[in-house]
Amino acid sequence: MKKDEVPQETARTYGGTKKLLYAVDDSGEYTEVNSAGWEPETFATVQAVDELNRLRDEAYRDARAGKVSPLVYWMYQRRMEPATLAATTGLWAWRVNRHFQPSVFAGLSHRILARYAEVMDIPLEQLRTLPDAP
Amino acid sequence: MTDFAHRQSAHCESGVVANMVSHGGLAMNEPMAFGLSSALTFAYMPMIKMAGMPLIAYRMPPGHIIKGVAKQLGMSWKRQTYRDPAAGKAALDTQLDKGRAVGLQTCVYWLPYFPEDMRFHFNAHNLVVFGRDGDDYLISDPIFEQTVRCDSASLQKARFAKGAMAAKGMMYYPEGTPGEIDYATAVPKAVRMNRRIMVGAPLPIIGVKGIRFLGKNIAKVAAGADAETKLPQYLGHIVRMQEEIGTGGAGFRFLYASFLQESGKILGNDRLKEASAALTDAGDEWRRFALVATKMARKRQKLDVKELDAILNRIADKELAMWQGLKGI
Repeated sequence: MKKDEVPQETARTYGGTKKLLYAVDDSGEYTEVNSAGWEPETFATVQAVDELNRLRDEAYRDARAGKVSPLVYWMYQRRMEPATLAATTGLWAWRVNRHFQPSVFAGLSHRILARYAEVMDIPLEQLRTLPDAP
Repeated sequence: MTDFAHRQSAHCESGVVANMVSHGGLAMNEPMAFGLSSALTFAYMPMIKMAGMPLIAYRMPPGHIIKGVAKQLGMSWKRQTYRDPAAGKAALDTQLDKGRAVGLQTCVYWLPYFPEDMRFHFNAHNLVVFGRDGDDYLISDPIFEQTVRCDSASLQKARFAKGAMAAKGMMYYPEGTPGEIDYATAVPKAVRMNRRIMVGAPLPIIGVKGIRFLGKNIAKVAAGADAETKLPQYLGHIVRMQEEIGTGGAGFRFLYASFLQESGKILGNDRLKEASAALTDAGDEWRRFALVATKMARKRQKLDVKELDAILNRIADKELAMWQGLKGI
């Protein structure tokens, strides 16, 4: 990549920062160049963020309708998915999955809830509730 | 507070290592740290999932650069993890009070100074802490242009986040740095090792063969019943692994090419310089792949799996030729 070809397509995902790339100047010498963003990369990041937001909103509706427990909403709200939640809490994936059922979740012990609360950095009582909007 | 010279870098680990070794008195830039540790690779790992997608790596696993540079330079790191978060914080404060800058392994999600859209649960982000001011830690995070600040509660969360590749509070600093680098020995050794990774791996998913494997795999996903929704996500995922923060562009290819060029100049070795130009060329092809793949994912170009496969094979050909040119260096 040539120095003057380094894209400067301001990415909203960078939050105003610039990242460092390596590119060659006219004589073929490598040099450091800052980039404000590149469309393909921005698309890829936004796509991943959007997918997590979509899952979060879906979980919010399902939790409101009583189809899943609020835990599913908070998981996506914290940009986690079932595998990450299982790995961070140290619980088996099948147990985490069971806790997604409202009836099972309602009967969870303080000890188990505290583990979720800790890894998601959410007050324990709040875990049982949903905010006014996702 | 220590006087720590912050330099922005493309990748966190090579940046932290280069900055800390330089701080210790041995001048080193990021590409040299990356190259000397033979950190370039390609690996398609279907058994490791990231948000349900296979891991696609363009560099060796976390920790490889820290260990690799030490091995090449004959230096060692003091590295420690902590079971008790409070003990981890106390150890950090003790080192800072002594005036020492230390490296930390952290989880990106809990670092408040990261832009919102970049905060994901990735546990192997490296940064340097060089001081304290009230409740804030002063941080040289090589991904950013300037030094940043982080409150103590957030930094604790980031250091002790659990899960895959958990940092367990990992703190490290060099135990003395050597006065100079013996480039004539270290560079060829590092290049030979990297050549083995890229062309000598016995698995079809690692190195040059892995790049071809990815092309075939895209065709497989495209032939699946749920390709309509899955393929755009998959292509976006590949591009993200290749270009998102920390790669220096084109999946670390430009970073390594810069190392080859600098080494070629230091040693007066034309083969290294030629390899640098060849890898730049392969890197440009990777960028073309990202451009075409995202256009297809966004339906701005007709989806043609054969074209993507052809680009990846072209990249594999270029990288293979480049590594063959470095045979017996």
